[in-house]
Amino acid sequence: MTAALRVAGVAVLADVSGALFQPDTGTLIVADLHLEKGSHFARRGQFLPPYDTRATLDRLMRAIRRFRPRHVVCLGDSFHDVDAGARLDPADRDLLRRLVAAQDWTWIVGNHDREIPDGLGGSVASAMDVAGGLRLTHLPGTAPATGEVCGHLHPKASIATRAGRVTAACFVTDGARMVMPAFGAFAGGLDCLDPAISGLFGPAGFRALMLGRERLHLVTRRQLAKPAK
Amino acid sequence: MQPTADAAPLPPLFADWFARRGWTAHAHQLAIVAAAATGRSALLVAPTGGGKTLAGFLPSLIDLAARPAEGLHTLYVSPLKALAVDVRRNLEIPVSELGLPVRAEARTGDTPTARRARQRDSPPQILLTTPESLALMLADPAARTQFAGLRAIVVDELHALEGGKRGDLLALGLARLATLAPRTLRIGLSATVADPPRLARWLGAGLAEEPVVVRGRGGARPDIRILMPEARLPWGGHMALQTMPEVYGALRGARSAIVFVNTRAQAELCFHALWKLNDDNLPIALHHGSLAVEQRRKVEAAMAAGRLRAVVATSSLDLGIDWGDVDLVVQVGAPKGAARLLQRIGRSNHRLDAPSRALLVPANRFELLECEAAIEAIGAGEIDAPRTRPGGLDVLAQHVLGCACHGPVDPDALFAEVRGAAPYAGLERRDFDDVLAFVATGGYALRGYDRFRRLFRASDGTWRIVGPHVARQYRLNVGTIVEAPMVTLVLNRRRKLGEVEEWFVQGLEIGDTFMFGGQLLRFEGMRETVVDVVAVRDGEPKVPVYEGGRLPLTTELAARVRALLADPGRWDTLPAAVRDWLRVQRAVSVLPRRDGLLVEIFPRGGKFFLVAYCFEGRYAHQTLGMLLTRRMERAGLRPLGFVATDYVIAVWSLRPPRGIADLFAEDMLGDDLEEWMAESSMLRRSFRNVAIIAGLIQRRHPGAEKSGRQVTFSADLIYDVLRRHEPDHVLLRATRADAAAGMTDVARLGVFLARIRGRIDVERLDRVSPLAVPVLLEIGRESVRGDAIDELLDEAARSLIDEAMAPGEMPPPPQGRLI
Repeated sequence: MTAALRVAGVAVLADVSGALFQPDTGTLIVADLHLEKGSHFARRGQFLPPYDTRATLDRLMRAIRRFRPRHVVCLGDSFHDVDAGARLDPADRDLLRRLVAAQDWTWIVGNHDREIPDGLGGSVASAMDVAGGLRLTHLPGTAPATGEVCGHLHPKASIATRAGRVTAACFVTDGARMVMPAFGAFAGGLDCLDPAISGLFGPAGFRALMLGRERLHLVTRRQLAKPAK
Repeated sequence: MQPTADAAPLPPLFADWFARRGWTAHAHQLAIVAAAATGRSALLVAPTGGGKTLAGFLPSLIDLAARPAEGLHTLYVSPLKALAVDVRRNLEIPVSELGLPVRAEARTGDTPTARRARQRDSPPQILLTTPESLALMLADPAARTQFAGLRAIVVDELHALEGGKRGDLLALGLARLATLAPRTLRIGLSATVADPPRLARWLGAGLAEEPVVVRGRGGARPDIRILMPEARLPWGGHMALQTMPEVYGALRGARSAIVFVNTRAQAELCFHALWKLNDDNLPIALHHGSLAVEQRRKVEAAMAAGRLRAVVATSSLDLGIDWGDVDLVVQVGAPKGAARLLQRIGRSNHRLDAPSRALLVPANRFELLECEAAIEAIGAGEIDAPRTRPGGLDVLAQHVLGCACHGPVDPDALFAEVRGAAPYAGLERRDFDDVLAFVATGGYALRGYDRFRRLFRASDGTWRIVGPHVARQYRLNVGTIVEAPMVTLVLNRRRKLGEVEEWFVQGLEIGDTFMFGGQLLRFEGMRETVVDVVAVRDGEPKVPVYEGGRLPLTTELAARVRALLADPGRWDTLPAAVRDWLRVQRAVSVLPRRDGLLVEIFPRGGKFFLVAYCFEGRYAHQTLGMLLTRRMERAGLRPLGFVATDYVIAVWSLRPPRGIADLFAEDMLGDDLEEWMAESSMLRRSFRNVAIIAGLIQRRHPGAEKSGRQVTFSADLIYDVLRRHEPDHVLLRATRADAAAGMTDVARLGVFLARIRGRIDVERLDRVSPLAVPVLLEIGRESVRGDAIDELLDEAARSLIDEAMAPGEMPPPPQGRLI
């Protein structure tokens, strides 16, 4: 269910749900929820199922129940757009408020949600440092950044198996920094060999922790099935 | 039956023209004219050649000669753009020689916008088009006036359209036309089919009078032979490369030949093998659906001009242009069905009095039996019937939106109209209403998008689109053909070679080589959706393994293969090695019975194998394999995997299988099936198609990708969310219906399980039987349990548990870990 590893020397647990837990501080981190992405497209006449927010919140609720964090940090792009709060279904809004109220909660702003909807609770930050040396941000920094945990990029990985290519969302890390998978039910992915992701890591390369149904799977860069550009 | 001019004399103008050309009108041509003269629609069933297309147009030309008129008079619909263009060219001859005041123009997806606009303002009398373009025209607000004067609609290659989703789209279009232009005559043109009256009913659905069936004279009986390799016929494999020297020899003796293969990968390999043998420098070309359009057109033109000795082709040449000069058809690999084989053979020799010549090239022993069975079926005039399925609700959704783009939709009237289309004759009102709700607001039961609807209900009860952007969206999305995401191959950064499925390229490393378009290419890198390659001289090719082109063996042909196996008296014509194979099988085990099921069980390599000779085609077998392994799991037999071919399925387990009759009991199509189907990748693939056709997800348009980050959705993500929150949504119902009829072939499996009840022969052997060898050779080549992502990843990746247990590397178990 979880995999234990270190980012910049800090012990963390990567969860198969796509959440990251830091036991020392009791911090649960999720990235890119993209709440109300379905209704965002419905506005333009593309009627994606309106259940993505509920699906994402259900999954988040299960992760919170399992880890019992003292603090939840949403790593940005929690809402698909700045009007998303107004489109929240009352029941979803209620569930979200209850989740937020249960422990400390920080919304880190992202490029999709520069403003966080009112009335949900939690505090808002542009980035956050947690004890032990992790820096939580939405966008990755351009310089080598030891201890940085970011979202934004929605990494996924593909490997060749005997049944053909298998693709799954993944954590990407070189042990110094980490890119989180998107947690949102409708959040798509970018292959981690794309320079936007692979370029964040040094020549020593990186590893991907692919999210299976039940377990995580460690894949080295060499095993990834896609050409470098 | 001799052609005669007595049945319904042609008007003098036309009779003279036939005489000037030195032709005698065929009986079937006159029968069509006679039917049309009394206002009766007709279905012409005839092999290619014999003036079939002209027969379809004669009533219209006669009418237009007698009563010249402006405006659209006749619509011609064919499944191929190229055919529409080709037929238009052929129509020029009678039109100009008869001096008719008639314009004939093609309108397809390739027609420039300016010409389309001109066609709308000043329509030609005869318009040649495709089902998709017809749908677009019907969605135009001007459709009512444009089609008001329509008198005839000619549907070509009807057999190829009926039964699939394009057929659904066409049937809905015909129903629409019946409303807009009620007096329109329908003329269907079809190759030989199993049940012409059934096809006539399809064509004539909603008409007052059923179309009359006109049968063309059958051509001379085709001369079909089996070509065997000089070396031994292999046990396994599907490429038939060992027979290429013999194929090459046959090409040398032919004037012009088509070498049909079953997959694009096979096309590449056979073409490559033939070129290596080509000491005489015969002009041999390659044609398949991935090659660049320009390249395909070039090959087609060279073929039509008689400049090619042979073309290696996939089903991309099954239909279409008449290659008058072809005197030999070679079918490499299993024919899969008699109708398909007959269609392919019919590509040669269009003169009715000369027999078509064909060679069948089996790649392995079972394929040889299949070839024998196919020849027998054609000799007996038995053609496999297409399986009927109800019309797709996804296609209906597209059509309903199109109707709303045309004008206000009265739901009751539209429901009645739609039920006039053959595939939708049994449509339930509930399904129709759900489709309408989906089109209007997404149709979600628990939570609506009422604020963001596409259609609104006006005070008069009709549904209307909310704005012109809805019509724009519809136009971009029309059609039922959904392709896998493709990328473009570009040679030396200059020349476009064609397209391959994206996933294939993503499996390549820089420097990998593969065959494409008959040349060996080296992969250099990827830019967006462009793949850069250079040509290289040598290296080990990684051949593209395309997904398409794998049809399952038909039920009818499978029955003949079983009959042939069961009757040693009919083995005399088989090659000695194959005869021996079957004789040894009979000695050490038994032969599969004609109407039963043989199950062999034997140990091998520490495992137990169960081989079932079902002969129901690969899709049904794959479904059966999934269900069998689940059952065996529950019975504690510890199954490890299975492999399915068109003929048999093999399952291996740690414990010896018992209780075979229970394993194959019909109730396996219950809960297990539901559960597995919901998770299976086949259903996910079906959902993607349904979602695109219904307009839930928009198509990726070539070129659009370049304009920045194109919004695309993972159909998988949507599927997962929808299945959990609204499993009965109309698109999920459509998906399940598709899968049952298609990739999972549950329908066929059900018939099979009922047939074998009480008729299972179980043979317990101490080792593998001769008949089981071919399927064992497939193990490792075919994917197994393709849906178990964790199992697959476990094999390919390192489980993190190992790493967590490694000393020193990882932190101690963290405190406060709550599960």
